Amino acid sequence: MKEKRMGANRKRTIRRILLACLLVLLAAGLSSCGSGREKGRVYWLNYKPEIDPTLQKLAREYREKTGTEVRVITAASGTYAQTLIAEMDKSAPPTLFVLSNASDVQTWQKYAMDLRDTPIAGELSTDAYNLYDDAGRLAAVGYCYECYGIIVNPALVEAAGHSMEEIRNFDGLKAVAEDIHRRTGELGFDAFTSSDMDGSSSWRFTGHLVNLEYVYEEREAGKIWTECPPAITGAYLDYYRNLFDLCINNSLVAPNTLATGGHDAREEFVSGKAAFFINGSWEYDTISKAIPGAMMIPYYCGMAGEENAGLNCGTSNYWAVNASVSEADRQATMDFMMWLVTDPEASAEMVREVGVMPFRQAAPSENGFLKNAEEYTARGCYVMDWATNFQPNTDQYRAGLVSALNRYCAEQTDENWEAFRSAFVDGWANQYAATRP
Amino acid sequence: MKPTILTKPMRKWAWLFLGPMLVCFGIGFVWPFLHGTYLSFCRFLLVRDAEWIGGGNYAAAFSDPSFRSAFGFTAVFAVVSVILINIPAFAAALALNRKFRGRNLYRAVFFMPNLIGGIVLGHLWSMIFDGILAGFGTSILLDAKLGFWGMIIVLLWQQVGYMMIIYIAGLQAIPADMMEAAEIDGASGSQKLFRIIIPNMMPAITICLFLTLTNGFKLFDQNLALTAGQPFIQQADGTTVRTTEMLALNIYNTFYSQGPSNRGIAQAKAVIFFVTVAGISLIQLVATRRKEVQQ
Repeated sequence: MKEKRMGANRKRTIRRILLACLLVLLAAGLSSCGSGREKGRVYWLNYKPEIDPTLQKLAREYREKTGTEVRVITAASGTYAQTLIAEMDKSAPPTLFVLSNASDVQTWQKYAMDLRDTPIAGELSTDAYNLYDDAGRLAAVGYCYECYGIIVNPALVEAAGHSMEEIRNFDGLKAVAEDIHRRTGELGFDAFTSSDMDGSSSWRFTGHLVNLEYVYEEREAGKIWTECPPAITGAYLDYYRNLFDLCINNSLVAPNTLATGGHDAREEFVSGKAAFFINGSWEYDTISKAIPGAMMIPYYCGMAGEENAGLNCGTSNYWAVNASVSEADRQATMDFMMWLVTDPEASAEMVREVGVMPFRQAAPSENGFLKNAEEYTARGCYVMDWATNFQPNTDQYRAGLVSALNRYCAEQTDENWEAFRSAFVDGWANQYAATRP
Repeated sequence: MKPTILTKPMRKWAWLFLGPMLVCFGIGFVWPFLHGTYLSFCRFLLVRDAEWIGGGNYAAAFSDPSFRSAFGFTAVFAVVSVILINIPAFAAALALNRKFRGRNLYRAVFFMPNLIGGIVLGHLWSMIFDGILAGFGTSILLDAKLGFWGMIIVLLWQQVGYMMIIYIAGLQAIPADMMEAAEIDGASGSQKLFRIIIPNMMPAITICLFLTLTNGFKLFDQNLALTAGQPFIQQADGTTVRTTEMLALNIYNTFYSQGPSNRGIAQAKAVIFFVTVAGISLIQLVATRRKEVQQ
């Protein structure tokens, strides 16, 4: 009898504990469905690791100011595509994500909200950096634009007894670079920084420098690409070779040591070890602190009339708002975007990191390299658009280029160059076919 | 004591103890496997929007030359790595099973590389190989043979110590009286090895062969960090062969190629990969189990 009563007591206690647990869970569930949800959340999947600290700071400021939940997650370098796929499949996917080019829009158009007639579209100062999908919806807006070319330390050029005036085309660049390289022992610095072919650096040559070839193909055809062409000719590849050879053969490191990398080109440039550095406007903040006079010149490669060439200007940074999240989340995201491009302090911080932001109220850019780009344009030089954005199946295509360039850097024969040409031209057609349904 | 006194509560509470493990197994293996198999018949960008298309992905996977080339490379790699890991591991176990000063230190030193992650190992060894090969004017990224042997060396360095520990455990399980009897009977060293030690160690050999075979097939991190498939060969028909790309990396590269059709194909490749590895390792398990002796 006594045992039975004890058993009943124990059962009652267990039941009470379970009931208490249930109530706590219910309360927690209800509170999470409450006011926080209605307000909407912002989750920006960022693809530029170098701007992450600034974005985190801005997200914190916005959260403190408005109480909106803002999360910025940055994909590790070179893994954005993988991270985007994984994150978009989650129950709380990114509300704001970045697309890089037209083929990204092709892939993600179903998930990108139409931004026409939204306040953020109304803030845009130009339509030049917008991407539309097949149905003509505004799938993504360019939030910054950048430029790339050859970054020069004029002080070193002058220290070698030359002047920037001599560098007006490839012949001028070649004469100066080869002279510096020849006298490197005497001068204490070299012409070009290292041109590593590992993942942290190869994009400068397989993503950016190759742009000159694509642009001259476009110019020959008389129109700018608006979608990925099924094939390219590689007709201007010899000009790429001119500049590439100059980079690797007049540099701090031997060409046959570039494959596995391990050098730090930026460090070589800012510490004054080399006069020329292939890179873009996003480096300005770091470089200008060490070398205030640094400037950017076009990819001089031996093309006729290149004295009128400008810098490579464009963007691979487009904001897309996730169409599959709640209305409240989309609204919160667009409010956050508006704050980033209209608030004087926030937009100043953004502009410092990303270059020019094409929005009416955004802070003006102090970026010297982008000013160089404007100067070239003002002088009537042609802008090299970012045709490279159309590379098909980008990562795989570039991996093929890297492998072929590794062989060429180890042994600079015509045969190895032809293998590179095949990776460049046939690889394009092959990757184009591989990504079509 | 009646057996029911024990079996009754065991039967009653068995689910309580088995339950958590079964739930974990279901969530961590059964469901992903079934879902993955379903996805191999679909076309999708995001998993939640998969659309059934039938067996087309399998046809595309089998007709992909890069998959066939990765398959061949991986098979050769797995066989070579099984041989080159197990023989030194067994020899090291025999050597370190003797009594001498510092024996435990040696065991620890051999085992330690196994504690380092594959990506880190790949990058470390990439620097080492680079330092050596630069002297010969080449690189691990320029020659498929160098890539192959480079990966073998890294895998050996990582796994010999681990297999050695398993072999040592196997050696210590051999009854001392059996060895003593063999010695009294005047058995030679090789007779002891082949008639007593190896037959008694078949359980350890089964495990080690299973682990090395499956590890060889599944190798990914070291492959990605060391060669990433380089060098590539551009063929006359425009296709590219990645000469040192193994199966797992091939699946990964396919999955993250642009365009939704590639994800289903990668998924189909993954299912083929699973069936192959599971089939080969089951055959190996059955074959070596048969040779195990009762002590």
